[in-house]
Amino acid sequence: MINCDIAVIGAGPAGLAAAVAAYNAGVKDIIVIERDKEAGGILNQCIHNGFGLHRFGEELSGPEYAGRYIDMLKETDIKLKLKTMVLSIDNKVISAVSEENGFEQIKAKAIILAMGCRERNRGPISVPGDRGSGVFSAGCAQRYLNIEGYLVGKRVVILGSGDIGLIMARRMTLEGAKVLAVAEIMPFTNGLSRNVAQCLDDFGIPLYLSHTVTDVIGDGRIEGIVISQVDESMKPIKGTEKRFDCDTLLLSVGLVPENELTRGAGIEIDPRTNGAIVGEDMQTNEAGVFACGNVLHVHDLVDYVSAESERAGISAARFVLSGGAERGAQTAVLNGSNVSYTVPQHFSPEKIEKGIDIFFRVRKKIRLGEIRVESNGIKLAGFKREFLAPGEMQKITVPKVLLDRAEGDITVSAVEIEEAE
Amino acid sequence: MKELVCIVCPRGCHLQVDENTLEVIGNSCEKGAEYGKNEISNPLRTVTASVAVEGGIHPRLAVRTNRAVPKGKMFEIMNVLHSFKAYSPIKRGDVLIENVCNTGADIIASRDI
Repeated sequence: MINCDIAVIGAGPAGLAAAVAAYNAGVKDIIVIERDKEAGGILNQCIHNGFGLHRFGEELSGPEYAGRYIDMLKETDIKLKLKTMVLSIDNKVISAVSEENGFEQIKAKAIILAMGCRERNRGPISVPGDRGSGVFSAGCAQRYLNIEGYLVGKRVVILGSGDIGLIMARRMTLEGAKVLAVAEIMPFTNGLSRNVAQCLDDFGIPLYLSHTVTDVIGDGRIEGIVISQVDESMKPIKGTEKRFDCDTLLLSVGLVPENELTRGAGIEIDPRTNGAIVGEDMQTNEAGVFACGNVLHVHDLVDYVSAESERAGISAARFVLSGGAERGAQTAVLNGSNVSYTVPQHFSPEKIEKGIDIFFRVRKKIRLGEIRVESNGIKLAGFKREFLAPGEMQKITVPKVLLDRAEGDITVSAVEIEEAE
Repeated sequence: MKELVCIVCPRGCHLQVDENTLEVIGNSCEKGAEYGKNEISNPLRTVTASVAVEGGIHPRLAVRTNRAVPKGKMFEIMNVLHSFKAYSPIKRGDVLIENVCNTGADIIASRDI
């Protein structure tokens, strides 16, 4: 059995930022475990730009953003174990396998869960039709193209308007494929507005909102797909079918936090985020186990992943240095109108130093709204925001002075306001 | 007035640009104002792609233009990248192709390989 102070599972942006922050907070005995052959996680295949404006004040590509954190890690004594797969976590003992060391166990005083997420595939969304080849998740096609050097198809339809799908529409077009359409079942896009502008509009790729795939044709390689318009209850409307002759269908239909290890460890999961329930210090219900990044809730911006993970790293370091600090009384953060989830789900008022960052998503598009923080009928804070959309994660910072006025649990809601003439 | 979604950062501000005076409103930063102006007069994009590389841990190397280039030049630049091959070792930020397609922008490596 190997002993260490902090073990971090995953060397993507969350794991790297958490490990470096914990190290800088004074804990030097840290092991980062990664199943891939290199650190960086999904950023390595996200070769497009737009990363790092918040964190570094400049516009970087995914590999550049990852590279900066890998460089920071290299300046420390943090041990990075590559090509190592964690099998289970039990009472802060990690069981893992690798080609190099076979089976091994690592006992840590604190663990940071940073496993990220994976793509939803054809099964959970029940795409009907033939089972021919040529159906890929967008991220899988992205890895093939950007890292392995294979263009997975020549004529492409994309289901789902998540960011990876939009980015792949542009990427495949630039590499010579014809992207015929992007179909989105919702009446709005799930991706960032900027990606609709620069990935679809720039290339004249049509976006069909309130449309879904109703047939996939072809037993060998697929030969075509049919999309149909859907009604308010998302049922396909007969007579609205459109057929596209294509050899490839990409799915960009959402991401699912990869929490098998978390569930196996008996840690409580929030069904709204599919990630662990955490406090303001990113600590789960198991003392000394922290979670951050996309394994906790799916983010749109890696900059926010880094910030959240740094908080997890600092909290884990404090936990180790204080020999497992007592956790104070918990105040819940409840979801009010138009708010689908918050992270954190609760906090300890006496542990808040300056304020608390609350991340959340809204349920519908709101042109002009106010984010209200209330407690027992008392309005604690209001934040005016424009262009709220479910596809874009929101963040508010509630200062401690206002939080101190709370009487019990707090509620976060998004209220539409009428525009003054 | 032309309405645009700013693509400078993921925030995606909704800009309104006056086509005659090039005055921009709705931006939250200076870069957004510049984007709005350019988008009407001379739209610019950063090109990101991957090129063949030999001797690294992967067969492809992520690259990008070190600054935004005219939107109409994107496919011309892609053609240059299709016939280009890099050889490891390469450092992040290394210039692989200078002044690509006379745009004044260089093609730089996005990572070490």
